[in-house]
Amino acid sequence: MGWLDIFRGRKPVAATAGAAKERLQIVLAHERIGRTREDFLPKLQAELVAVVARYVAIDPGKVAVNLDRGGDMSTLAIEIELPGPRGLAAR
Amino acid sequence: MAQVVVITSGKGGVGKTTSSAAIATGLAQRGKKTVVIDFDVGLRNLDLIMGVERRVVFDIVNVIQGEAKLNQALIRDKRVENLAILPASQTRDKDALTKEGVQIIIEELSKEYDYVICDSPAGIEKGALLALYFADQAIVVTNPEVSSVRDSDRILGVLQSKSKRAEEKREPVKEHLLVTRYDPARVERGEMLKLEDIQEILAIPLLGVVPESESVLRASNTGTPVILDAESPAGLAYGDAVARFLGEERPHRFLEVEKKGLFKRLFGGRAA
Repeated sequence: MGWLDIFRGRKPVAATAGAAKERLQIVLAHERIGRTREDFLPKLQAELVAVVARYVAIDPGKVAVNLDRGGDMSTLAIEIELPGPRGLAAR
Repeated sequence: MAQVVVITSGKGGVGKTTSSAAIATGLAQRGKKTVVIDFDVGLRNLDLIMGVERRVVFDIVNVIQGEAKLNQALIRDKRVENLAILPASQTRDKDALTKEGVQIIIEELSKEYDYVICDSPAGIEKGALLALYFADQAIVVTNPEVSSVRDSDRILGVLQSKSKRAEEKREPVKEHLLVTRYDPARVERGEMLKLEDIQEILAIPLLGVVPESESVLRASNTGTPVILDAESPAGLAYGDAVARFLGEERPHRFLEVEKKGLFKRLFGGRAA
C-alpha cells in the first residue's frame, strides 16, 4: 500500500492468500485419498497376501485391510490372522 | 484425425465459454480448421459469446435425434475462416445427449476438422462427463480462488478415471492449466493465490495466464471472442496460450503489476 492510498481512503487489507493455500492443501490431500481408495485397497491386500505368504502359510481370506479416514488422523489397519501350530499341522 | 480438446473446470463462472470461444477463434486464425461445440444443453451461451445467437437454426440435439444433418446445424463464423460453431439446445433436457450420439458427431467432425473444441458445462454430471469423454487433451480453466482450484483438482481426477482414454487404458488425456481472472495487484498484496501456488497444488503444465481485464466483459457484450481484441491484455494472453498450445515458446506476460505513471498513481485508473 502506497502512502497515496491514505488520500484515496483505502484501508489496509489482510494477506489471506497464505491461508487459502494451506486450506487447499489440507482438503485436497484428503480428497485425493478418497478418490483412489477403492482402487488401491484390493491391490494392496493382494500384494500383502503374496508377500506374507512367501514367509508364513496364511489363509488369504483371513487378511483384512481397512482405511479409516478421520478429521485429524487417518489410520490404515492391516490384520493378518496366522494359523497356530495345530492349524499348521492340520494342513 | 482431429484432436479433441475439452475446455473444463468443474466450477461454473470461471471462464470456460470465454476461453472456448477465444481458443477456437485463435486456432482458426492460425489456419487450423476448428469447430467448437457447446455441451451445455439447456443453458447454452457459446452462441452469445461468439455472436452467432441469431443464426442458430438447428442444434446438437437435433443432429443426435436425426432431425437435422450435422452440416445444417454448424454455423460458420463470418469473421474468421476455418471456424464453425455447433450450438447446444436451449429447450431440451440434458438427457437428450447420448454417448453414442456424441461419438457419431465427433467422428464425423474429425474427418473434416483439425481441432474439435468441447465447451463443457459446469459440474460433474452427464453433460460435463460427455464433454470430456472423447478428449485427447484437456484445458482446465482455473481462477485463483479456493473453490475453483478444488473443483479443478476434482475434474482432473475425473479425466484420469472416466475419460475414454482412461477406460481403454491408453495414453492419458494431455492436461493443460489455464489460469483466468488473475490480478497481479491483489497477488502482490497477498490477497490472491499466487500462480506458483496454483501450479504447485494442481501440478499440471501451465498453458497460460489470462489477467482480469475489462475487455472480457466488453467482448461478451458485443459477441466478439476476446482474442479478436488484440489490444487488450486478455486478448494477447489468449493469443499466447494458443501459440503455446501449438508448440511455440512464449514467455508469460501480465504476471506482474503494471508500473503506473505519476498521473495514474495520483488519480487511479484501471487496467484496460
